[in-house]
Amino acid sequence: MNYFLFALRNLKRKGIRSWLTLLGICIGIMAVVSLISLGNGLQSAVVSQFGLSSTEVITVQASGGSLGSEVVTPLTQDDVRAIDGLGTVEFAYAENSATISIDYNDRLIVTSAISISPDYDDEFYEINELERESGRLLKSGDSKKILVGNSLADGTSNGLEKEIITGKKLTIMGEEFTVTGILEKKGNFLVDGIVFMYESDLDSISTQGDDVDKIVVKVKDKDLVNKTKEDIERLLRSRRDVDVGSEDFSVTTPESSLAQINQILGAIQAFVIIIASISIVIGTVGIINTMTTSVLERRKEIGIMKSVGAKNSQIFSQFFIESGFLGLIGGGIGVLFGVILGYIGTILINNFIGAETAPMISFSLIFFSLLGSFLIGALAGIFPAMKAAKQNPVQALNS
Amino acid sequence: MKKEEVIIHLDNVSKFYHMGETIVKAVDGITLSVKKGDFVAVMGPSGSGKSTSMHLIGSLDVPTKGHIFLDGHDISLLHESDLAQIRGKNIGFIFQQFNLIPTLTVKENIMLPLSLQGMAEEEREEKVNALLKKMELVERADHFPNQISGGQQQRVAIARALANDPEVILADEPTGNLDTKTGEIVMEHLEKLHKEGKTIVMVTHSPELAKEYAQIVYWLKDGKIQKVTTKDSKSMKKVKDWKGD
Repeated sequence: MNYFLFALRNLKRKGIRSWLTLLGICIGIMAVVSLISLGNGLQSAVVSQFGLSSTEVITVQASGGSLGSEVVTPLTQDDVRAIDGLGTVEFAYAENSATISIDYNDRLIVTSAISISPDYDDEFYEINELERESGRLLKSGDSKKILVGNSLADGTSNGLEKEIITGKKLTIMGEEFTVTGILEKKGNFLVDGIVFMYESDLDSISTQGDDVDKIVVKVKDKDLVNKTKEDIERLLRSRRDVDVGSEDFSVTTPESSLAQINQILGAIQAFVIIIASISIVIGTVGIINTMTTSVLERRKEIGIMKSVGAKNSQIFSQFFIESGFLGLIGGGIGVLFGVILGYIGTILINNFIGAETAPMISFSLIFFSLLGSFLIGALAGIFPAMKAAKQNPVQALNS
Repeated sequence: MKKEEVIIHLDNVSKFYHMGETIVKAVDGITLSVKKGDFVAVMGPSGSGKSTSMHLIGSLDVPTKGHIFLDGHDISLLHESDLAQIRGKNIGFIFQQFNLIPTLTVKENIMLPLSLQGMAEEEREEKVNALLKKMELVERADHFPNQISGGQQQRVAIARALANDPEVILADEPTGNLDTKTGEIVMEHLEKLHKEGKTIVMVTHSPELAKEYAQIVYWLKDGKIQKVTTKDSKSMKKVKDWKGD
């Protein structure tokens, strides 16, 4: 007999009750599908915020004695030279940053400036994958010259209400700077929204002195990254006179950054999966409830079916499939909205970080989501369907 | 009465229900036989046990005591799935409330017993179309039960009862929910089936119906057979005056 047609008719008959029952499964599946389809975008979003590019680059930063506290002992130019002297290190340079104000077009905005070491400017551009969109990059001998990030140059969004173009003069922290070039869009607002200048210029507008915010270390070979990390740690421990385990600095390798990214992604995924699981549990209970009520309401129908020759197994199948259908329709709607949400989310992320990721929507994702929701529905229907099958024909007919 | 002619035989059948501490004897030691091709009426007031006997004959229920034979086979000890098989193949039910499935069309309702038996679609179509024609329901085939009249619904129920071509038709107050004229039409259909050779067992509380159509009438009271009358016997006079107690 055509259980599917029968199931559809009964779901239709229940109207709004069917739809409400579907909601839990729908939300759960939607969460899972949108999370998975967002995966790519999410990963590149997080990666770009970490500024990960080269696999042979180690960064060293000073930190407080305990987590979250302020830097107590800053790194120094001497530390940079000491690290540069290690055998496995190709080069090391200091990278400082400062919060700056820009005065232009009679408006004032606050952003950041990052320093470029004049000895390693080409290496800096290479490691950070910076390229000019217009004008030129900084070259040795430049003074009071800056490079401007792509979005900072954009007059529609930089808050200055005027486009910054090559050759213009900006007032930064009260001093005049000339724009030598605009950088290509990187898709990372930490790069696109700031200015770059030589170390000496940043020193002149900040109180940096000999302190170094960050040391960027390029290792000779990527197989030497972990060894170099250990060497730097040993070196800095002795220079800063700290014991193993109480380091007031951190040495970050691409590998450890990636681990951190995965940790963040894992946390986001865990959160969504918890929400999805709760929705699915609620949805399952909802289906059990609806189907149990349905069995009670349709006792007479069960009696009729039995009187015309329906076996217990056939009654069971009817309710079981109907319940599975509830899950399947909920899952179907969930997949639809999940895919839509995945697309919207990807577009938002792409706009935000300027990346061009595509949502990951595969046939198998949709197939297994639908299969899963059918199984959840069917599983929820087992108990009510058994109850339906066991109805005494006479009592059912008389109800 | 030759034994091979008997299609239904109840041998000292009882059905007891527990209601708290008390035991209700719905049917209390009934013995009766129905021959192939008979038109039998079971009469009695409410609570006399006529509906319970009908459920027992129709294998919707199993007896507490005694044996029920259908076509020579003892069905009192069968499992539910075997009973379902018997209901589907050997018995056609007609109820007072018509008992059609509201979510199925007229055609699908008639087709239901065939589908449950796993009949192939082509064969099903053919059978159902013939039944629609026979019951003058062709134009109502795609209507739902709530879109047709009571008389038409009962005709659908008769068509459904005939679907698997059973030997026995069990009718429980088939005209109880119908006006006199519509009721007569339904009874004419039953009469026609009887003439075609079907065995018909009808439960009714109407002496007129019993008198007009049944060859044998079993009179029940308190779960026991009080008397048996036949169409030709003089005691049918009593049928007319009988008030149900």
